[in-house]
Amino acid sequence: MSAVRDDRLLFQGADWDFDTLRRIHDACGEIATGELGLSLYPTRIEVISAEQMLDAYAANGMPVLYRHWSFGKRFARHETMYRKGFQGLAYEIVINSSPCLCYVMEENTATMQALVIAHAAYGHNHFFRNNHLFLEWTDAHGILDYLEFARGYIMNCEDKYGEAAVERVLDAAHALSSQGVFRVPRRRIPDLASEERRERERRQHEERIYDDLWRTIPGPRNAPAAKAEEARRRALLQLPQENILYFLEKTAPRLRPWQREILRIVRHVEQYFYPQRQTKVMNEGCATWVHHRIMTRLHEQGRLTDGQYLEFLHSHTNVVFQPTFDDPRYGGINPYALGFAMMEDIARIATAPDEEDRAWFPGLAGCGDAEGALREAWANHRDDSFIAQYLSPRLMRKLRMFHLADDDREEELRVNAIHDERGYRRLRRALSRQYDIGHVDPDIQVEDVDLIGDRRLILHHRVLERQLLEPDEARAVLQHLADLWGYGVLLREVDATTGAVLREHHAGARPGIVE
Amino acid sequence: MQIVDRRLNPGGKSLANRQRFLRRAKDMVREAVRNSAGERSLKDIERGGEVTIPASGVKEPHLRRASGGFREHVLPGNKEYLEGDTIPRPQGGSGGGGSEGSPDGEGEDAFRFALTQEEFLELFLEDLELPELAKKRVVEGDASGVRRAGFATQGSPANVALGRTMRNALSRRLALRRPKPDELDELEEALRTAEENDPAEAEALRARIDRLRNRTLRIPYIDPIDVRYRQFEPAPKPIARAVMFCLMDVSGSMTEGMKDLAKRFYLLLHLFLRRRYKHVDVVFIRHTHEAKEVDEETFFRSPETGGTVVSTAFEEMIKVMDARYSPADWNIYVAQASDGDNTSADNDRTAALLMGRVIPACQYFAYLEVGREDDGGPIGFMPRETELWRTYGRLRAEEPRLAMRKVRHRKDIYPVFRDLFRKGAMEEAAK
Repeated sequence: MSAVRDDRLLFQGADWDFDTLRRIHDACGEIATGELGLSLYPTRIEVISAEQMLDAYAANGMPVLYRHWSFGKRFARHETMYRKGFQGLAYEIVINSSPCLCYVMEENTATMQALVIAHAAYGHNHFFRNNHLFLEWTDAHGILDYLEFARGYIMNCEDKYGEAAVERVLDAAHALSSQGVFRVPRRRIPDLASEERRERERRQHEERIYDDLWRTIPGPRNAPAAKAEEARRRALLQLPQENILYFLEKTAPRLRPWQREILRIVRHVEQYFYPQRQTKVMNEGCATWVHHRIMTRLHEQGRLTDGQYLEFLHSHTNVVFQPTFDDPRYGGINPYALGFAMMEDIARIATAPDEEDRAWFPGLAGCGDAEGALREAWANHRDDSFIAQYLSPRLMRKLRMFHLADDDREEELRVNAIHDERGYRRLRRALSRQYDIGHVDPDIQVEDVDLIGDRRLILHHRVLERQLLEPDEARAVLQHLADLWGYGVLLREVDATTGAVLREHHAGARPGIVE
Repeated sequence: MQIVDRRLNPGGKSLANRQRFLRRAKDMVREAVRNSAGERSLKDIERGGEVTIPASGVKEPHLRRASGGFREHVLPGNKEYLEGDTIPRPQGGSGGGGSEGSPDGEGEDAFRFALTQEEFLELFLEDLELPELAKKRVVEGDASGVRRAGFATQGSPANVALGRTMRNALSRRLALRRPKPDELDELEEALRTAEENDPAEAEALRARIDRLRNRTLRIPYIDPIDVRYRQFEPAPKPIARAVMFCLMDVSGSMTEGMKDLAKRFYLLLHLFLRRRYKHVDVVFIRHTHEAKEVDEETFFRSPETGGTVVSTAFEEMIKVMDARYSPADWNIYVAQASDGDNTSADNDRTAALLMGRVIPACQYFAYLEVGREDDGGPIGFMPRETELWRTYGRLRAEEPRLAMRKVRHRKDIYPVFRDLFRKGAMEEAAK
């Protein structure tokens, strides 16, 4: 390397200060907004120490969160892992908020800071700002204030009702947290004005199509009264209901107002994280592709030295490394690797497609605008639809994917499809389903309440492919549910295809949460 | 874009959550802490450190699927498989396990806690108590504080006791019947109406108002005699202090292993005393056929030869006690460790000294008889009772402050210690 100071370089050596960070941020910004056309929330970069990173881990990365022992448990585990050297710490954490918070570690070298700024402050930031799931389900502007409120509210409750009482509610709510999200947007409850307008329109429509002849046609016989009663009850309670926490908050008969509010807080936080679970591959793929692109351009512009670029490549290849299934290091498909490979593939198909690509992706192949195509994919998909739409045969061959069926009634595993002409579509469908959260998470719904009898709450688990719930944990969760509901709870595991009841779990309410 | 430096923010953001977790897992941690006592050297115990508890106790349950049923996996890195091939199911864990990485909480077998020294000792010595704890409270020269000493009529303005002053003023005003402002207002009102209707009445009212006004002026709202000041006076602060006498037989029959057992016991006792008293002195007295006060290093390390005469140790102890630790000023604890040998001729003298001088002066006397691990002898044999054990055994019935235990193995030390100092142990012994 030349000893002469090159003015174009962003920084020299490994040390950095805040001016360096600013220079890096601005240089990345030119490429991100100029060449890649990203649209972003304003950014706030926060420099933190290793201990603060552990703190952030414990709170799911959130800068403020209410207090609960489970976060302490998480902290203890990460701390031990870190101390023993089993686990390194992340270089950054990024929060979906506006301004977009990026935590960067103080130990990072200047090159690493450039990498994480490109990755988090541009890649993730763009994804948060544009992906439809995040726009639909999260409120980036309000989340930090909401968390602040939640923390304060729960602390107040602890003052008023005692830590133990609050902890019991939180424990129960946490156990049900994965059943505390809405998976489809809810119908907004209409206001009076729009109801009146609709009513008017309906009447006009009826008047317009009125024909006395209809009166003479014999109508269906009246449904039995019991049916109507049941229908009314189900409509009142909004059954079936997949969001159990919401259901409890609104209808549990014996909860007190503050307990309902705590349930609400837990489900809001869970809902905030819901899009992240559905876009792991895309989110990381997007951020990785963006940082790779930005760093490469910086190097081409002469703003990074060869040495710095090699340091970057070293980290980058570590991140996108995918061990094969028989490797001891294998721990599932690496979302960074798959995401980055797919983004690269989309860019390639857009600019330099071959015959196969033209047949598989007629709209995309050769369109010439790689950035535009990627931006569209980032905005409009989640992992399962993204894979179903964009996973190309070439990539399946490159990763040498195969599809394995594991039926516990058979002696051996069977290879269902491999990366060949017959297998591409099946493989793609199977991988997409592997990321479909509706398929991966058990489908559990509140089915009915015995309002006239013993007020028992009845839930159904729609069992797919004979995959029952873990019985011990199901019982423990059900106990929490019964405690919140205040009466008995019954969970039926019902086969999705035959409708047969495969297993039942019961729980009766214990005193403690409700008097 | 903003850059914020958070490194200087106060750390320990997770501390509250960590403590809650600890409290939640407390029973299990306590168990682990006590078990760890047998394995560690005592220096380490004092330092705190890591304990391991099973993860099952702090589980967070979630509804999730168990294994079984029909599952599909898409895996990378196919080398030889063709469609329709079958593969034997891998044993133990899924070799083809494409199932999403274990969610939070699963797959861990145990939990490690790093405890601070304070946390560790708290759990370690929890629900133990010192017999006759701090019966003697003594005045230590260097510690003094101030304490409230009622109210005074003189003092600095900063110390005015407002409440008391106002109370005095009120009672004085009531007693001297100072007219109330309301009363005057009413009369003025009455005067105004009277002036229009009844001149004679108005005149009378006017005179009365004047009288009351005068009275108001003569009786002040607050008078200097009402004022009270808070009074403080310097007071010596009582500090309980203790001295711990470690007596040990170092004659040839005491092996290194036995001394180690004794040492562990002394360290535990020292640890315990230090948590209960602000000042704890330790006096080491070792003896063969003659006794000497020594420093710690010598006490445990340097070998000595000779016969065994226990009474010499008591004599030495009484000498030290008379010189430096008067029983009136100090809480005295004695721990004696020995393999139980004594010259037969000395037994009576030992018993006399013990009952006559030592026990009356001290809060607690613990005798620890250490033996070899393999000392048990064949099963069914009654182990021989040692000279000292017999001697002390006779005295124990009359004296609850005397406690004696046998220890053969390291792992017994802590249970024995707990047994000696558990709450209510003294009362039981007294019965």
